[in-house]
Amino acid sequence: MKKLWKGNEAVAEAAIAAGCRCFFGYPITPQNEIPEYMSWRLKEVGGHFVQAESEVSAINMVYGAAGAGARAMTSSSSPGVSLKQEGISYIAGAEVPCVVMNMMRAGPGLGGIQPGQSDYFQATKGGGHGDYRLLVYAPASVQEAADLTYKAFFRADYYRNPVMILGDGMLGQMMEPAEIPAAIDPAALPAKPWAAGGRNGGVQRVINSIFMNPDTLEEHNRELTRKYEDMAKNEVLFEHYRTQDAQVVLVAYGIVARICKAAVDALRAEGIKAGLFRPITLFPFAYGELAKLGNGAAQKFVSVELSCGQLIEDVKLGLYDCEKRPQVGIFARVGGNVMKPEDVVAYVKEGRLSASWIK
Amino acid sequence: MDKIVFRKPKLLNDTPFHYCPGCTHGIVHRLIAEALENLGEYDNVVGIAPVGCAVFAYNYFRCDMFQAAHGRAPSVATGIKRATPENTVFVYQGDGDLASIGMAEIVHAATRGENITVIFINNGIYGMTGGQMAPTTLQGQKTTTSPAGRDPLEHGNPIKICELLATLTGPAYIARTSVHDVRSVKATRDALEYGFAMQKNKRGFSLIEILSTCPTNFHMTPAQSLAYVKDVGCKAYPLGVYKDIGLQAEEKKA
Repeated sequence: MKKLWKGNEAVAEAAIAAGCRCFFGYPITPQNEIPEYMSWRLKEVGGHFVQAESEVSAINMVYGAAGAGARAMTSSSSPGVSLKQEGISYIAGAEVPCVVMNMMRAGPGLGGIQPGQSDYFQATKGGGHGDYRLLVYAPASVQEAADLTYKAFFRADYYRNPVMILGDGMLGQMMEPAEIPAAIDPAALPAKPWAAGGRNGGVQRVINSIFMNPDTLEEHNRELTRKYEDMAKNEVLFEHYRTQDAQVVLVAYGIVARICKAAVDALRAEGIKAGLFRPITLFPFAYGELAKLGNGAAQKFVSVELSCGQLIEDVKLGLYDCEKRPQVGIFARVGGNVMKPEDVVAYVKEGRLSASWIK
Repeated sequence: MDKIVFRKPKLLNDTPFHYCPGCTHGIVHRLIAEALENLGEYDNVVGIAPVGCAVFAYNYFRCDMFQAAHGRAPSVATGIKRATPENTVFVYQGDGDLASIGMAEIVHAATRGENITVIFINNGIYGMTGGQMAPTTLQGQKTTTSPAGRDPLEHGNPIKICELLATLTGPAYIARTSVHDVRSVKATRDALEYGFAMQKNKRGFSLIEILSTCPTNFHMTPAQSLAYVKDVGCKAYPLGVYKDIGLQAEEKKA
């Protein structure tokens, strides 16, 4: 049944529905409703909540709980997610499944507390040290945030890899009708024989990311890369909106895609053939699908983002091999500002594609 | 019939220790295994190895183990213990790991009264990286980053972890022992057993600080190193029990 949910609370409840029984977090705006909700809700389902002394500590608690076999999660916002990067690298290196929520705010540094998308590179290109990737979901509505959070726990277990939900302050704070997926019983989930959760019958399991022999470490990297390539084959999600005959394609993810839908409708009403391509997974990125558009009717692509030119790099990569070499420009607002549909409309109607967001 | 009077504890495997000659890590590993065995623990133990010389500790124990990021072992242990409270969870950390980069994690695990047991190896130096100054390096002690000796005005002062943590309400048991002679080795095993018993009885956080050697970076023989711990180490870091709330909960007063 649909209920009115705040984004942050919907993702928390969806995590519990997916069998998450351990949450470790630290207060930071604009995601505080997640730990607040978890602090009482996990008790009701026999789970565990710890308010850690720092984000650094919280992600390491996740490493412990998830490495012992539990479905575990942490959430934060941009500066806090930076602090978690060390732990995320260890978790990816040790192949431990978990879910990390980033309700992004504008940066760099302490930045502001209004919505941003400036952690795109951090989320999609690794984030911490070493070669690793996260499976990254970018929901555009409260319903989708709940659905993807639920799905994230299953994909994390499948790949034994951290999965990130990349939302933003607006998604976390807004309220929409949404239905939380049906709850599963975590006790009924398949056993994790790799988990170092005790009762090992004398056969040791080690959760570990240290490989002192270069050949062994290279082989480990090869296995990880294989996993990321599997993700690229099997996990890519995207949405087309009126792109069929579109000559101008807006590319946007998350909350910005919602704004772009309104812009597309407005442009269409004025006779301009516009469409929206919305990546739902940011890693793996839908390069191939974007290339199909580039080889079709589309002549112009606009990366619409709340960052100073991050998403546009993947848009360009996706279109790199297109024979017609479509033009790519950027329209961005940053600092916590969010563009209006009419701003996007005006940019498209002006017709000039800017290489830089500051023009 | 021959009677077996000495054998390896069940929790240790047959892998030879990689530690330098005269290093006391091996002794402490054995004591942990003995203490757990004495309490009847075997199949329900999870350990956390630190960053430092004991980074490979998981090679020697039979129990499930984690390798943690530098200083973060108490947080990893917190996650494990919360997810699987039926396990006995131990954390093994050196002085750089625990008292420098991991100070926040250890203080907060202690103040939460997290029901885990921490084994804190204090030899006053960074061993694995080659003898740099540690937070516990003594005043005047020469290291590769305090080559003229630790000068409090320039390098700050040594940190006393037991004294510091004993000021908190959370911990159940805080003790400092040594392994410089037979007597202190036995006392350390008793302290470890007591710490693990605290955890089994759900009494909360226990930490046993063990004064240890690093002959390689002390630039001493193993025998000189033990004498140094006895004569200098134990004076700067007095042995003893700093906090003990008792193994049993007090009966409710009428």
